[in-house]
Amino acid sequence: MSDIPRGSDSGNRSPGEAGWYDLFSRGARDWLRHNDKVRDAVRQHLPQIVAGADVLTGGASTVRVPVKMLEHYRFRLRNSNEQQGVGQGQAKPGDRIGRPQQDSENQRGQGGNEDGGVQYTLEFRIDDIVDWLWEEMQLPNLEAKAGRAKEDDWTREGWDRRGARSRLDRRRSMKESIKRRGVQSASGAESPSFTDDDLRYRQLAKREQPAMQAVVVLLLDVSGSMGERERQISKTFFFWAIQGLRRQYRHLELVFVAHTSEAWEFEEDEFFKVTGTGGTVASAGLKKVRQIIDERYSPSQYNIYLFYASDGENFPSDQPQAQAALEDVSGDCNYSGFLEVAPLAGSAPDSEIGRLFVDLSRDDDSVGAYRVSGTDDIWNAVRHFFTHASQGS
Amino acid sequence: MPEPMHTEDWQSHISRIEQLARAQGLKYHPVEFEVVPESFMTEIAIYGLPVRMPHWSFGVRYIYQLIQHRMGLSRLFEVVFPGNPGRAYLAKSNSAAENVLVTAHVLGHADFSANNMLFRRSQDQVGEHIVEQAAAHARQIAMAIEEHGLERVELVLDAALSLEQHIDIDQGLRRPRYPETIAERGPPANDEFAKRFASLGPDTARPAHSGPAKKAPIPPHPESDLLWFIAQYAPEMEPWERDIFLAVREESFYFYPVFACQIMNEGWASYWHARLLREADFLPSAAYVDAIKCHSDVVRPTASGENVALATNPYHLGFSIWEKIVEAQGLEAARRIMAEDDDFSFVRNHLTHDLATELKLFRFKGPATGTLTVQEMDLPMLHEALLHPKYGFGAPRVSASRIHVDGKLELVHDHLTDGRGLDPERARKVLEYVARVWRRPVTLATIDNDQRSVEISVSPGLTPSFTR
Repeated sequence: MSDIPRGSDSGNRSPGEAGWYDLFSRGARDWLRHNDKVRDAVRQHLPQIVAGADVLTGGASTVRVPVKMLEHYRFRLRNSNEQQGVGQGQAKPGDRIGRPQQDSENQRGQGGNEDGGVQYTLEFRIDDIVDWLWEEMQLPNLEAKAGRAKEDDWTREGWDRRGARSRLDRRRSMKESIKRRGVQSASGAESPSFTDDDLRYRQLAKREQPAMQAVVVLLLDVSGSMGERERQISKTFFFWAIQGLRRQYRHLELVFVAHTSEAWEFEEDEFFKVTGTGGTVASAGLKKVRQIIDERYSPSQYNIYLFYASDGENFPSDQPQAQAALEDVSGDCNYSGFLEVAPLAGSAPDSEIGRLFVDLSRDDDSVGAYRVSGTDDIWNAVRHFFTHASQGS
Repeated sequence: MPEPMHTEDWQSHISRIEQLARAQGLKYHPVEFEVVPESFMTEIAIYGLPVRMPHWSFGVRYIYQLIQHRMGLSRLFEVVFPGNPGRAYLAKSNSAAENVLVTAHVLGHADFSANNMLFRRSQDQVGEHIVEQAAAHARQIAMAIEEHGLERVELVLDAALSLEQHIDIDQGLRRPRYPETIAERGPPANDEFAKRFASLGPDTARPAHSGPAKKAPIPPHPESDLLWFIAQYAPEMEPWERDIFLAVREESFYFYPVFACQIMNEGWASYWHARLLREADFLPSAAYVDAIKCHSDVVRPTASGENVALATNPYHLGFSIWEKIVEAQGLEAARRIMAEDDDFSFVRNHLTHDLATELKLFRFKGPATGTLTVQEMDLPMLHEALLHPKYGFGAPRVSASRIHVDGKLELVHDHLTDGRGLDPERARKVLEYVARVWRRPVTLATIDNDQRSVEISVSPGLTPSFTR
């Protein structure tokens, strides 16, 4: 704001120059700055806020967070349990009247209303939130496994004097033209602005590239022991894990598998509504995953991530098979994570399936397990898996 | 509403109203009138000045004001800034008839600010061009933002503006630093008494030299001018940060008389717009009626449709007191009172028992939440209840009492005078603001709900820093 109305000329302005005053939209500017500060404040508490929010429904790309206006603090006396003041009007001593309304504008030095006053909602883009969170929690970016997943693609490589018109490099051609004319005019020869020899075309060559395709397999235990709460936690975890992977891979495919003693593949919108009955046979789910990978996602083409959420109870008789299936599947995955959704807070995963993952993770960095008991733990889980996944690769 | 007058008519009337005003003895610096859009008026009301430094807290007030405005709770006709020339901003939405009234009102304010001692003292110190000075401060801060970044400047403004009311108006705007040493005693006087006293024996002889000069404590007494004290004595403040503190302080010196003379000043302006309007025989009668209607809206004691209000309208209160003074003592005495008083002396000396009864003023009391009871008329108590929010610029009394050797700042709250302790949460937040510029721990002594002393301490290291 370097332009300031000053001197006597401002007094002579005609009323038609309303635009002049619009230059001073200071109130709006400072209000926007206030909102930025609110955003910063919200951002610092994002893990708590978004973990609890039901962000998945509707596939919305934004989250709405209710916020209060910030208060610019000043020294103020404690609230008294008594009040007094002066009024005016028809009233006799001893009359009883209702409470006065708090009029914050009349009192100097009150930055905000006492009770937070107006509440309003701020909308946050989920992409932004994920970026902030990764920054805030200093989560590593995952790397595609080099040397294993490769694909052939055309890349630009060099220039040629012949080529398809669509690949004409104008900038390069112009350079050539200037060079030629420089030489020609120095020797006194006539120099046309462009000749065919000036034209340069971009060349393409087939080269092997690291695959940037990825697939996430979300395996969810939907047996009777997985209640509403356990599913909500799993769902929220899945959501943020996917968001984290999306940062890394432009093409991210999702596979949803639910299992009890059998396993089925679902579409996203049905996936979280599935309720199964009966017991848990982990190997059924893992075998289904194996089958899907074999059919559609060759490990040489895809970076594969597996996240498995369950309360971890498994039929003891299934343990050997589950172990074999897990070892088989995890060998093809960049990372396999197990989220143990436990009713009680605890440290290490200690369920049947949890133990399988923990055992395997001793020798294999690309396997991990984490125990959560509520939405508050979800960020720790995300942090755990992503930190490990990046070390494993 | 039919428009009985046009803007041009109003402009042609300005000089005639001014003639009337001067004939009535109003003495003021020239006033420049400017008609501005309502959005601009709103901003002037929020910032207190047409161009002022940016700060997010003004944005919050802006939204509150917009909400109030939408609900039709407030309407601004004019804002006038004292100075030479004075500047008056008139809302574009005023009708021409309203503007006649507003012009007379503005001249009343101009007369007040040119003659009232508190205003004159403030203008002697701050200068007669507050609008331009505030704009220069805004530019100074814009430049600081460019050089040091918004976040660093904001930290300084957070602290400075939260201490906005903590100045010592009696010490003056420009004051020297405390003496570095305690003044040495002069040589013993060589008079009769001294000779006889010395002859009494060696015990009473004065030491020949007083030794090395003693370092004076800082501050030598509890210092209530916190903005000045921090700007002068903060151990590690950068020069540009001190400048921001001093800029905020200068604006506070300008705001103080406006705050401390509100009842007198609004009353005086209302008295004169009514009186000048009565004598403005050149006005078309329709315009006159409109203007009188506007006058009665402004000086109405209670909102329309209500017959009891739990607040007073300073326009009405001031207007009524001035009418009584002029009636009983004449205009000359009124002008002397206008020059010498502020709201404290004005209300205590001139709001009489009869007038308070006539105006149906009453004192109420009650629990913080619940029904209030109207109290018996007791004039001194009524005065104090009216003036209570005005003490100390409307802020609790907090002073700087000591700087420790390690630079720790000690603040103390005068809870005895204020009657109760500080709100601890807000106090802690303010200390956090202060600690970021003081860059050493800051503590504050006050009392809790049970009258026990409490100390609130904040260390700058524990507060979020601006480096990311």
